[in-house]
Amino acid sequence: MELFRSTILVCGGTGCSSSGSMKLYERFEELLASNGLDKEVKLVRTGCFGLCAAGPVVIIYPEGAFYSHVKLEDIDEIVSEHLIKGRVVTRLLYKDEAKSQELKPLDEINFYQKQKRVVLRNCGVIDPENIDEYIAFDGYKALAKVLTEMTREQVQQEILASGLRGRGGAGFPTGLKWKFAMGSTGKKYVCCNADEGDPGAFMDRSVLEGDPHAVLEAMAIAGYCIGSDEGYIYVRAEYPIAVKRLEIAIAQAREYGLLGEHIFGTDFNFDIHIRLGAGAFVCGEETALMNSIEGKRGEPRPRPPFPAVKGLFQKPSILNNVETYANIAQIILKGADWFKSMGTEKSTGTKIFALGGKINNSGLVEIPMGTTLREIIYDIGGGCPNGKAFKAVQTGGPSGGCLPASMLDTPIDYDNLIAAGSMMGSGGMIVMDEDNCMVDIARFFLDFTVDESCGKCTPCRVGTRRMLDILNRICDGKGEDGDIERLEDLAQSIKASALCGLGQTAPNPVLSTIKQFRNEYEAHIYEKRCPAGVCKNLMRYVIDPEKCKGCTLCARNCPVGCISGTVKQPHTIDQSKCIKCGTCMEKCKFGAISKK
Amino acid sequence: MKSIADLEKIRQATLSKVNLRRESEGTRIVVGMATCGIAAGARPVMNAFVDEVAKRNLMDVTVAQTGCIGMCRYEPIVEILAPGKEKVTYVHVKPEMVPRIVNDHVVNGNPVVEYTISNAE
Repeated sequence: MELFRSTILVCGGTGCSSSGSMKLYERFEELLASNGLDKEVKLVRTGCFGLCAAGPVVIIYPEGAFYSHVKLEDIDEIVSEHLIKGRVVTRLLYKDEAKSQELKPLDEINFYQKQKRVVLRNCGVIDPENIDEYIAFDGYKALAKVLTEMTREQVQQEILASGLRGRGGAGFPTGLKWKFAMGSTGKKYVCCNADEGDPGAFMDRSVLEGDPHAVLEAMAIAGYCIGSDEGYIYVRAEYPIAVKRLEIAIAQAREYGLLGEHIFGTDFNFDIHIRLGAGAFVCGEETALMNSIEGKRGEPRPRPPFPAVKGLFQKPSILNNVETYANIAQIILKGADWFKSMGTEKSTGTKIFALGGKINNSGLVEIPMGTTLREIIYDIGGGCPNGKAFKAVQTGGPSGGCLPASMLDTPIDYDNLIAAGSMMGSGGMIVMDEDNCMVDIARFFLDFTVDESCGKCTPCRVGTRRMLDILNRICDGKGEDGDIERLEDLAQSIKASALCGLGQTAPNPVLSTIKQFRNEYEAHIYEKRCPAGVCKNLMRYVIDPEKCKGCTLCARNCPVGCISGTVKQPHTIDQSKCIKCGTCMEKCKFGAISKK
Repeated sequence: MKSIADLEKIRQATLSKVNLRRESEGTRIVVGMATCGIAAGARPVMNAFVDEVAKRNLMDVTVAQTGCIGMCRYEPIVEILAPGKEKVTYVHVKPEMVPRIVNDHVVNGNPVVEYTISNAE
């Protein structure tokens, strides 16, 4: 058996891969070989560690040294100093550690301290392309337990008792969903929704990239529970690393007999196929997703009949999200009571959020339900960069809403977020600071849903387009009295009449920003002013004649030549020609130019 | 794979390879691996510890390396840190000494006094 004194973990998630972690991996490989260390030091490419802002990330055990922002030229130093001489390269340590000059265990770094990694437990720890490592961390033990010790009903009851709710956003109790599909007989399907489409959300991708077997195992458990022998994973083609690792994982599981016929010598058969989605947002909706798997247009079907009765290929089916599945094996192994011990009464367990936008530590965080927004944004996320003031956080993507600073102490769970006018969604969390215009944000999300509407039903196809027209007008400075009411009116009708979740939730970003930031809408409409200075048609650059020294620097740098004046005399900007690029303000050495 | 026993076999076989990555609270065996230590033969000592720990399947023991401890003339130096106990420093360690250190000290909690620094001085 090969034994290693040290292990190098190189993050192979999408975030770190795109900042060059694969090259680091190759360089380590070269140097380990040339220094004769390849028999002593194990090199592993793992899934996402979560702290994407610090990427590419390399962790070396047993010391647990957390190296961040590692560059190709740093590898030589890490090998010669850390691996050969045993001296940790302090200069490259993550800033939390570098400050104290000593190594802290990973879970004491601020970013990880308040987290509870249940779903992400294996991400960044195991090699996702090696089934043995998953098994070493109790992988496929839950499947074995279910097949040999539990009845179908016991499995369903355990999941129901755990209180696990769908992590895709709607929060439907998973155990109940499985129960509905258990009743009928004949061919059934188990589907996995990996069509992660919310802008800014990437937790499903990270789970698939870092721990693909967790999803396969859970789908097999679900198959046993509802009485199905076939599963489909619907994953976006934009996730090439996730797809590749899933393919490897399925092949390895088949080779080991963990997928296929007579699993663990029982009568249970189960196999899984992958279907690639072309990236349409609506295909994250369950019935549209099933249409797409069948090879039809990705359009939603009217419900009822619900998928539990007539789903994929018109057979009873269940569809769960990647993150939901990633909880299953642990619930089976550790029990419903363990799972309920985390989180709040009605929202048990943990939730992963993809932290992005104006935040210092962008990345993936997993927290117990009931953690407050303030803890996530300040204690884990490190607050807004450059000392800017926090303004709002957007949760739930294009279906969710914005929560202002006054709601920072809201404990996060499904019900609280809905009461606050937003929703859990799949877990995208976009932080906005004082420089973000809330009308513009609403317009951004609506623009997204207008693009992604499949066009099948009129409220969504036409209604959202009309709302976008109004928002565009407001941002262009042509807003009229009554626009806010018109938006609210349209929003209510769309919510009430759209066919699927996409349309029913599309107006949410607009409604929540009107509710929380009505004053910004009013400033745009009545004062023709954008308080954050984002909407270009509503702002102008002006030169303060008192402060202007007439140095001509601004006039010389203006790309459209709209600044005029004589030397040593105050200059002026011709507003009709100005393109609002902001160059003059950047160049002025006297602070004489301001945005209004 | 036909049974749970097969699964357990794979688990056990792989566990020792991934064990380094678990945050453990058990005993740490720290080997000085700076230039001085390596020159004095720390690498075979380190590997001997790794082998011995693996052979005995000691799951909560980690073997780690460190830089120069500052007493180069005593290299190879090995420190053993057990939770709640005082640090014990072994000097001029040779691979042949490793099984006894692991057996007496790490497993049974009795430091091998004759190999320690207090004895050398």
